[in-house]
Amino acid sequence: MFRPYQPKDNVQKKAYYTDRFLVVPEVPKLPVEDSVSAKHISAVAGKFEVLESYMQRDNVVMIVNAKEVKSVLTVLKEEGYTVLSEMSAVDFIAQKGGYEVFYQLLNMSVAKRIRVKCFIKEGEAVESVQSVFRAADWSEREMYDMFGIHVVNHPCLKRILLPEDWHGYPLNKTYPLQGDETAQWYEIDMIYGKEYRDIIGPEQRDAAYVNEEDTRNFSRLGHEVAFGEEASQEITPIRYQEDDKPLFVKRMRPEETKERNDKSWHTKEGVK
Amino acid sequence: MAQHEVNYLQQGGLPIMLTTVDKLVNWGRSNSLWFFTFGLACCAIEMMASGAGRFDFDRYGIIFRASPRQSEVIVISGTVTKKYAPFIRRLYDQMAEPKWVISMGSCSNTGGMFNTYSTVQGVDRIIPVDIYLPGCAPRPETLQYAALMLQQKIRRESMNRKISSKRFV
Ligand code: SF4
Repeated sequence: MFRPYQPKDNVQKKAYYTDRFLVVPEVPKLPVEDSVSAKHISAVAGKFEVLESYMQRDNVVMIVNAKEVKSVLTVLKEEGYTVLSEMSAVDFIAQKGGYEVFYQLLNMSVAKRIRVKCFIKEGEAVESVQSVFRAADWSEREMYDMFGIHVVNHPCLKRILLPEDWHGYPLNKTYPLQGDETAQWYEIDMIYGKEYRDIIGPEQRDAAYVNEEDTRNFSRLGHEVAFGEEASQEITPIRYQEDDKPLFVKRMRPEETKERNDKSWHTKEGVK
Repeated sequence: MAQHEVNYLQQGGLPIMLTTVDKLVNWGRSNSLWFFTFGLACCAIEMMASGAGRFDFDRYGIIFRASPRQSEVIVISGTVTKKYAPFIRRLYDQMAEPKWVISMGSCSNTGGMFNTYSTVQGVDRIIPVDIYLPGCAPRPETLQYAALMLQQKIRRESMNRKISSKRFV
């Protein structure tokens, strides 16, 4: 059987890859066997609902309700997990219609880590854990900056990495890699104003663009011409001092220079 | 006055120079290029190396000054993010005329490998550039060559060159 013919001009420009044979590797979820971690999980499970708990790559993962995250982290802090080493979110809008927020904790006294996860629907907010872990302050701001997830009771919820007047949330999977329109014109709009867009022109985003004739963007080595002039085959001499130098400037003549050939100063024995 | 007598004919020639004012001024300008101490990313490390002992830019009269008011060359050495672009423009505007710009490395030439939403695709979108240095990162010798090229460029232009407008284009 033949596959239907598809025109193949410009094939590099189009995405032709499909994930027909792609099998996404999944890290196996194992039961929690080690007794110390199991004790910590049961300390949480006694008070709050633990939806799921398992081991993944030697890490304990615990999934709880988003409403109870702050209380769960408080309990875990009492159990000895005193360091919040990382927290952020993952965009699952296409698959599940929301974000997965995770908190990675470290217990220094028993050398254990635990990952607390919760799921929020798009548009929902999470409670700030900044009063439990100070480290969450900037991480929550980053989460807000990158995903647009609102954090309730945060002391100063504003963008941390991007400028405050930025539009859109870049770590969302729907955000275009090269930016939306405001992102693409951001610096022009900021510095010159929107009316300069036409003068300066759009960004050149084609990384494979090469054109020898285009002397505004390229310069041929050995055949350099001035900006915007027509490309030429003539060889541009490489020299330092021009011919019409001022009379008082001495010119270096290569034949009068001496080569220094005492190599002792960079031998292993050191400077002599 | 010195007490001893100097015989100019024997010791270094007559104290007379034959030149045009243009050439004299440009000779002075091109041999005392003061760079702005200003780095953005990894390329700045190479720029620092160029200023330090091994490559020794001081011998060209290139001295790094820590204020835009005192410097005449700004080396855009690194990735220009969109958040940072307005500040670069402001620093450039604060420099006194005459001023020149060296764009160092792929990032500031074209955005380089950062073909992303947050990087300015070429610093010449916001300030006029005199010399573009290819490389990631260019070695100090490349920056040195660029400095020599810039000196040549300065010597070619007129002393009363047009002052660039505050606003680009
Ligand atoms: S051109 Fe390369 S070395 Fe220079 S700032 Fe960019 S990534 Fe760093």
